[in-house]
Amino acid sequence: MPEDIHLKINGQAVSAPAGSTILKAASSVGVEIPTICYHDYCTSNGLCRICVVEVSGARTLTPACVAKVNEGMEIQTDSPRVRRARKTILEMLAASVDLSDAPDIQAMLVEYQAQPDRYPDAQTRSPEVIQDNPMYIRDYAKCILCWRCVQVCAEDAQFTYAINFSGRGYRTQIGTFFNRPIPETTCVFCGQCIGVCPTGALKPKKQWLMEQGQTTDEIMRLTRSQRRAKTKKTTQPAPEGGAA
Amino acid sequence: MKEDRLVKTTCPFCGVGCTLELHLKDDFIYRVTSPFDSVVNHGNLCVKGRFGYDFLYSPNRVTTPLIRKVPQKPGARTQAFDLSEWREVSWDEALDTAADRMVEIYRRDGPRAMAAYSCAKATNEDNYLLQKLIRALFRTNNIDHCTRLCHAASVVALQMAVGSSAMSNTAAEVIQNDVFIVTGSNVSENHPIIALQMKAAVEKYGAKLIVVDPRRIEMVNYAALWLAQKPGTDVPVFAAMAHVILKEGLANREFIASRTENFDAFAESMEKFTPAVAESISGVPQELIIQAARMYGSAKNAAIYWALGIPEHTHGTANALSLINLALLTGNIGRVGTGLNPLRGQNNVQGASDSGAMPWHYPGYQRVDDLAAAEKFEAAWKIEPGGLDRNLGLTTTEIMAAVQPGGVRCLYIMGENPMMSEPNLNHTRHQMEQIEFLVAQDLFINESGAFADVFLPATSWAEKDGTFTNTDRRVQRVLQAIPPRGNSRPDWRILCDLALRIEKRLGRQVSAGWNYQHPAEILEEMSRLVPDYAGIRYERIEKEGLQTPVPDLTHPGTPFLFSERFPRGKGKFHPLDYVPSAEMPDDDFPLILTTGRVLEHWHGGSLTRNSWMDDLYPEALVEINPADAARLKIESGQPVRVTSRRGSIVLRANVTPKAVSGVVFIPFHFREAAANLLTNDAVDPVAKIPEYKVSAVRITPAREEELATPEARQKRGRY
Repeated sequence: MPEDIHLKINGQAVSAPAGSTILKAASSVGVEIPTICYHDYCTSNGLCRICVVEVSGARTLTPACVAKVNEGMEIQTDSPRVRRARKTILEMLAASVDLSDAPDIQAMLVEYQAQPDRYPDAQTRSPEVIQDNPMYIRDYAKCILCWRCVQVCAEDAQFTYAINFSGRGYRTQIGTFFNRPIPETTCVFCGQCIGVCPTGALKPKKQWLMEQGQTTDEIMRLTRSQRRAKTKKTTQPAPEGGAA
Repeated sequence: MKEDRLVKTTCPFCGVGCTLELHLKDDFIYRVTSPFDSVVNHGNLCVKGRFGYDFLYSPNRVTTPLIRKVPQKPGARTQAFDLSEWREVSWDEALDTAADRMVEIYRRDGPRAMAAYSCAKATNEDNYLLQKLIRALFRTNNIDHCTRLCHAASVVALQMAVGSSAMSNTAAEVIQNDVFIVTGSNVSENHPIIALQMKAAVEKYGAKLIVVDPRRIEMVNYAALWLAQKPGTDVPVFAAMAHVILKEGLANREFIASRTENFDAFAESMEKFTPAVAESISGVPQELIIQAARMYGSAKNAAIYWALGIPEHTHGTANALSLINLALLTGNIGRVGTGLNPLRGQNNVQGASDSGAMPWHYPGYQRVDDLAAAEKFEAAWKIEPGGLDRNLGLTTTEIMAAVQPGGVRCLYIMGENPMMSEPNLNHTRHQMEQIEFLVAQDLFINESGAFADVFLPATSWAEKDGTFTNTDRRVQRVLQAIPPRGNSRPDWRILCDLALRIEKRLGRQVSAGWNYQHPAEILEEMSRLVPDYAGIRYERIEKEGLQTPVPDLTHPGTPFLFSERFPRGKGKFHPLDYVPSAEMPDDDFPLILTTGRVLEHWHGGSLTRNSWMDDLYPEALVEINPADAARLKIESGQPVRVTSRRGSIVLRANVTPKAVSGVVFIPFHFREAAANLLTNDAVDPVAKIPEYKVSAVRITPAREEELATPEARQKRGRY
């Protein structure tokens, strides 16, 4: 058994096993810290920074999903500084990404009184929906770059490595090597990426067709040649740089 | 989009038995996920579990009972794929017709004229009922299912050596192995979720993997050693490993003394299998055999995982025994993280076997020629003493061979597709034409159902309740998610309705019992007759399945077997000799053909070829090594003709180092180029399993016009 670490979260004394993250320690005493990119069954990377908390003595805010507890830590999970940081993160996300399929993040926008229109010149990223295979679509206008899909495709589950980040900065997007259509990559269509996608950027094709207003009978009557014709139209490799 | 309902159930494809969550809107499954805390698959799925369910909505599915318009005669029976050749009828008319004809043939020719193919895709309850129907009503044991075509030799060998024929350990224990052997198993395509656990075992837990396989399968990428034996030379390789383990003092003397018997005879028979001899037969360099023996022999926890590359040979039983010998020799059995683990193919092949859909056994592997067992089932089914047949029934291949006047006249096929799955299909076709009366119970008019007189439309797994037993003996619930499509009915209900009609026509005074209100009652009846299922009830497995044996209602299940003793008492070593495959390559047929499956398809294709899955892998491809292809002047994608002594097919070549030189591979899912037209119907003398893994073929270039579906192409990048 690992040794217990003693700390304070929002003034409450907490003991947690050494090696626990701040997120887990807080959760064990009923303090819920919001998360977006974090997933219980994926490796945490502290990418989205929504889980930041204030640790006494630390210069910057600390991501709770990856930071481990230390003896004597004093943590504020909902201080004004923390709330301001979360609000800004949410505003920037909402200004650049289509969050219409992410009810959890929408609820956070309300809770943190985020005002995405604070950035009137913000450019929404709106690449076209990629339909390059019969199983799932990729709608990267909804992608918040949480990295979960890349991780389950790699060591978190599949060891398949079909997708990764492409581009840099604002142009960062999840993509395949040389923007190849998915069937021509190492993809095995396990759909783990769909299972962990938090924003509906990855969706089973049938679900997507239903949302486009097709009836289930219409969907099932789509023949192979019809589906292929549709696929062909949209598999042109995206221009260099992807999203923009 | 928000679902109307979320239904937790068990995947209908392979033996892994993943938990699925079906997301439904308007009775349409539009999305499948898996809970991340699921015990079998930890939230991971493969393409079949995630996307392969849509066959059940296919416009090709038949959802009305059908009778052939033109009466069929034995010897002139034809296939009718088109609905215009069938008449839509009521359930009453279909079932009455089936009952009338079956009883008529039974009255005229007796029990030997009756036979059934049961179904490893169907539930335990469905299989239990069909074997009950055949045994109790027609007094014959002529019932079998596809276990005969897949793991029969593993089952027989395990019964001979340890007395139990399932995976000894839980699949997820692979992360507790120090060393594990994967042989005759393309795990990443056929048991993808177990493959993930194997990859994690190597990459994250430091296990060493030894792959013994004549194809360069994906798992070779993770292997410490790859032994590429010529197909059919498994015994020399594994016997030579035993030879080295014996010579180098790596045998577990304490385990051998306390838990095994017949060691001396075995050890003597291993003398001749020196690594040099094994190399000369198998082509595996002797240094690799020695390294593998040392690695397996000196591991603390070692396990062996195998699939159909081991049993599907004329010496399949010996192949499996060679693996069992290794485990007994090193004591790698009976503990966590060890074991003998035949990976079962079908979602419920373990369960269909447990449920007695086999010609030599009642449910629970109780032999039909054992007096006490027969009396037990006579009492349970209210049959007069001596009423049940004490003779072993015919196996899958024997049933087909016995179709002739004086032999089998009436065949009932529940869910199987022998016209794709039997070896030497030209012969199978001839036999199917000779059947006097044929009933097919299925979702689709497949190649076999097209021969039928009466077609009974069954429901898929998502439209009925029941249980499946997965490869590591876990009995799991299958839940009805949607109402039966059209006028289809669950298999168990069809069988009960038919049985009552047959019973009435036979004038049986006492009913064997067919008035079940729910499948739970069927499982309860079975659990009273099968000691390993005694403690299984639906209410106990609603949340999580139980691993058999479950001997009583409070027993928590059995994650690994044989900790104290083997069911037969001591584990028995078997001396072995090398027997070559029935058909070896020669000047006319210089290449060895081996067959199997691909990730995107399922067996005879009834399901996945009626799914969008067919888009991902739309045509048969023959895998051929670049060196062989260069010699034959064949390029990747080019049409080729593959010919054996029994048949010939045309398909595209896939030139790939996944095939080793001299060995080609064809998946057997594609009716347009059915691999089983080529395969050899020679069988293992003990287990009666056909030799799907070795037949001699030649390859010649073909023209584009000779392809059945030249337009069906999909470029793919996966390994």
